Amino acid sequence: MAEPLWFLAKRSAAAAMICITFTDIVGNFATIQGNSMQPTLQQGHKDFISLLKGDVVFYEKISAPAYKYCRGDVVVLRSPTDPDQLMVKRLIAMQGDWVNVPGSHEIHQIPKGRCWVEGDNGNLSLDSRNFGPIPLGLVKGRVTIKVWPPHRIGRVERVLPEGQVMFTDMHSCVITRSCLECE
Amino acid sequence: MFSDIARKFCQVFNLFCCVHVFHAHVGQLHYVVGPSMFPTLNATGDLLFLERFSVRFQKVNVGDIVVACSPENPRVLICKRVLAVEGDSISVLPEPYAQDAAKNVLIPKGHVWLQGDDPYKSRDSRHYGPVPYALLQGKVQLRIWPPHSWKKF
Repeated sequence: MAEPLWFLAKRSAAAAMICITFTDIVGNFATIQGNSMQPTLQQGHKDFISLLKGDVVFYEKISAPAYKYCRGDVVVLRSPTDPDQLMVKRLIAMQGDWVNVPGSHEIHQIPKGRCWVEGDNGNLSLDSRNFGPIPLGLVKGRVTIKVWPPHRIGRVERVLPEGQVMFTDMHSCVITRSCLECE
Repeated sequence: MFSDIARKFCQVFNLFCCVHVFHAHVGQLHYVVGPSMFPTLNATGDLLFLERFSVRFQKVNVGDIVVACSPENPRVLICKRVLAVEGDSISVLPEPYAQDAAKNVLIPKGHVWLQGDDPYKSRDSRHYGPVPYALLQGKVQLRIWPPHSWKKF
C-alpha cells in the first residue's frame, strides 16, 4: 500500500526540484499587472476573466549571472522600494551613460554598477525617474517573448528611445561585455 | 546499456537540481576575504555558512551580518553588518577621523544600511548610500573555517 505512495512522493519531489531549478536558472513566466509598459505589454486586471486578457511573458534568466543586458532590453527587476515585488521596465542606460530625464531639463550620469530603467508608458510608470538609477544587481531577467493572449504572441523587441541617452563609450560596457553584441 | 547511462544521467541531474535548490533557497557556503569586517571576520579569509530564509522572509535585523551583491558591481559579493533598516534614522560619520562631521540619514523604504566593522578599511553604505533590500543574498550564521575559530553569529 505504501509502495505506490512512496513512489509518487519521490517522483513529485524530483519534479518539484527540476521545476524550481528551471525557474531559477533558465527562465519563468510572468503575468503583467499595471499599465507602465503599454503599449508593449498590456495588463490583466485582478478579476479572473480580465486576468486572462492580460499579457503573459516569458523572461529568461540565463543572461542574469553575467549581467549580459543591453540598452533597450525589457527586463524584470526587483523593486528597490519593495523587495517582494517584481517590476517589468525597459533598460535605458548603463553605468557611465548620460541620460536625459524626460519632461525635465535634468541630465544624470549613471554611477558605477547602476542602470536607468523606465516604463514605456511614461505617465503611469514608477521607475528611475522617481527613484533614480538602480543597482544592476536588482535586474533578474530579460523578457523575450509574449506567450499570451494568442493574438499578441511575439518577440518583445529591444528598442532604445531616440535622443535620451548619450553613451560615453559604446564599448565600455564592462558588465555587459561588448555592445557590439547588442547591435 | 543506454538505459543504464540514461538512468545514471537522470540521477546526476536530479542530484544537481537538489543541490541547486538547497544552495539557492536554504543555505550556502561562502569564502569571504577582506579586511572590512575585522576583527569579527579574518582578513585572510573565512568560510561562512549563510542561510537564505531570513532574507527571503524579511527577518534581517539590525546587527546581523549579511552577504549582498555590491551596488557598485553586481558580480561582486560584499559581506557587511546591517546597521539600520527602512524607516530608521542613523547618524553617520562619513570619515571615521572627523567626529564632528556626523550627518543623519533616513533609510528609505525597501533599503538597509550596510557597514563594515572596521570603518577605516571598509567601503560600504557611507560611500554608496543605502542598499536595496533585494540585493541581500543571505544572513551569515556560522563560521566553519578556520576550524579553531568555529563560531555561531
